[in-house]
Amino acid sequence: MHKESDIRLPLILGDKSYKDITDDIIRPIEAKAPKLWYLLFTISIIIALWGIGCIVYLLGTGVGVWGLNKTVGWAWDITNFVWWVGIGHAGTLISAVLLLFRQKWRFAINRAAEAMTIFAVFMAGLFPLIHMGRLWLGYWVFPLPNQFGSLWVNFNSPLLWDVFAISTYLSVSLVFWYIGLIPDFATIRDRVTKPIFKKAYRILSFGWTGDAKAWNRFEQVSLVLAGLATPLVFSVHSIVSFDFATSVIPGWHTTIFPPYFVSGAVFSGFAMVQTLMLILRKAYKLEAYLHVKHIEYMNIVIIVTGSIVGVAYITELFVSWYSGVEYESYAFLNRATGPYWWSYWAMMTCNVISPQLFWFKKLRTSLMFSFFMSIIINIGMWFERFVIIVTSLHRDYVPSSWTYFHPTWVDIGVYMGTLGIFFVFYLLFSRYFPVLPIAELKTILKSSGKNYKEGYGKGKGYWDKHSAH
Amino acid sequence: MADKVIFAMYDDDDKLMDGAKHLVANKVKVSDVYSPMPLHGIDAIIGVEHTRLAITAFLYGLTGTMLAIIGIRYMMIIDWPMNIGGKPNFSLRENMLSFVPIFFEFTVLCAAHGMAITYLIRNKTLPGMPPRNPDPRTTDDKFIMEIKTSENSHVPEKDLSKLIKDTGFIEIEEKNIL
Repeated sequence: MHKESDIRLPLILGDKSYKDITDDIIRPIEAKAPKLWYLLFTISIIIALWGIGCIVYLLGTGVGVWGLNKTVGWAWDITNFVWWVGIGHAGTLISAVLLLFRQKWRFAINRAAEAMTIFAVFMAGLFPLIHMGRLWLGYWVFPLPNQFGSLWVNFNSPLLWDVFAISTYLSVSLVFWYIGLIPDFATIRDRVTKPIFKKAYRILSFGWTGDAKAWNRFEQVSLVLAGLATPLVFSVHSIVSFDFATSVIPGWHTTIFPPYFVSGAVFSGFAMVQTLMLILRKAYKLEAYLHVKHIEYMNIVIIVTGSIVGVAYITELFVSWYSGVEYESYAFLNRATGPYWWSYWAMMTCNVISPQLFWFKKLRTSLMFSFFMSIIINIGMWFERFVIIVTSLHRDYVPSSWTYFHPTWVDIGVYMGTLGIFFVFYLLFSRYFPVLPIAELKTILKSSGKNYKEGYGKGKGYWDKHSAH
Repeated sequence: MADKVIFAMYDDDDKLMDGAKHLVANKVKVSDVYSPMPLHGIDAIIGVEHTRLAITAFLYGLTGTMLAIIGIRYMMIIDWPMNIGGKPNFSLRENMLSFVPIFFEFTVLCAAHGMAITYLIRNKTLPGMPPRNPDPRTTDDKFIMEIKTSENSHVPEKDLSKLIKDTGFIEIEEKNIL
């Protein structure tokens, strides 16, 4: 049994019953989509199609249509890859780590955050694939028997570790997400009346019954998957950072990268969750389930991870000087004062200075400000990857090959396109899937619902003693 | 007497829990409970044993680690040793460090998917399976207790009905088992 303090703000506001929870979350699925949804969907589709066009053009012509040159061989492609992977980390973190710590506020955001994770990792995976130039040979990254005398992939290489890490992460997150969705699909199945919906949700719900043993297994599976996913989250972004950290490029081969990348990923992921959830709560009228307290908790995570990122930036600067290696020192001095100074200072402002504003309770609990900040952080984290990648590369070993990177319209088009594809997926998800975990919200209603906390006709504190949850 | 199955419906989880406790205390066997969310503590009351899925996850994980070690040893050490910067390519042990990330990832991959597949099969939840909950409202806000007369032949029918009545259900349905 879980004891919750009376003075703690309830997680579910208003006078809600089990039925209300079902109604509130399924209503948007049954109702006709609002005009705004169609508008956003059309815009996203157009951008997505434009992006797909750019990808097709790139595959037909070659990677040369990107702004890459002999010196800067990695730029927006890998920046976007790391940015998307980073965003993809908050979902599993919210579901796994917060589940292990028994944080009940996660129920307001976990489903949508997991969906975001999966779509973001899809987008991330796209970049290495198209960077190969020959998309149809993408399966060569796996250790498959082949006709070249069984020439295997190199298991010593961080790039191959990445293949395994990202594909494991994507598939495990997908399973985690879907196992949580099954009972909620069953709720929709037993409720909708439109024949086509009935049929679709019947297939999606896999014949879920909700008997005692099934729930027993459900909870065990969620817990073990959370236990497995937690080290997985940390390993995946550590391995992404190894892509850089195991190289010999000044500015890349630093031992601080794994923790620094992981906290950066959580930082940017939470920012993206906020961007999406603040819109979703307004559009679907979920104010009772996702309110200021949840936003405040997320902002606290943002201060913590943002500060870790800040400390990492400063540590890097210090160590580059303290190491006495002049190439290292130059790489970092060049970041701050060289031709890319603007990206460095954009990163510093967005990621280090601005999250500190959340120390003020007034700002931390302001929805408008949180939304604004979440966008700023997303921009800042994109710049972080750009700074790490491009500024470390653009000064090559020989000054004659020093260059400046300019993105082409294809670079921009592909990046925008992934945003479009992401939003297409996300809008479809929010339209047809339960955006909050219906079953799990019901388990916290009696301990954290406002009406039950106030007694529900039985006097204060009654449910705390008498309910099983 | 034909074997019957009785479905007693409740509108509150605590009522059902108290009811189940009352029945079990009077030696009535409750075969199952259908609920829209996990009811913590019901397993112990009605005697549902704890699942062993976590153990299977461990075994699947172990299988994954073994497969990864065998696979990488075959590919990198035996079949085609590659000379990469003079790293020791003849010994798994000396080259182990750079294989650890994939050992780990593959362990997690096998543990998670193995357990998830076992879970779906054991729960009989697979694509295309028909729903088997006795009433569609059990996935919304109603809770159902299932009692089989065949399992309660030691309780006289009259007493059984009275005991069930005492639990304060809102609806009851009896079905003959053919």
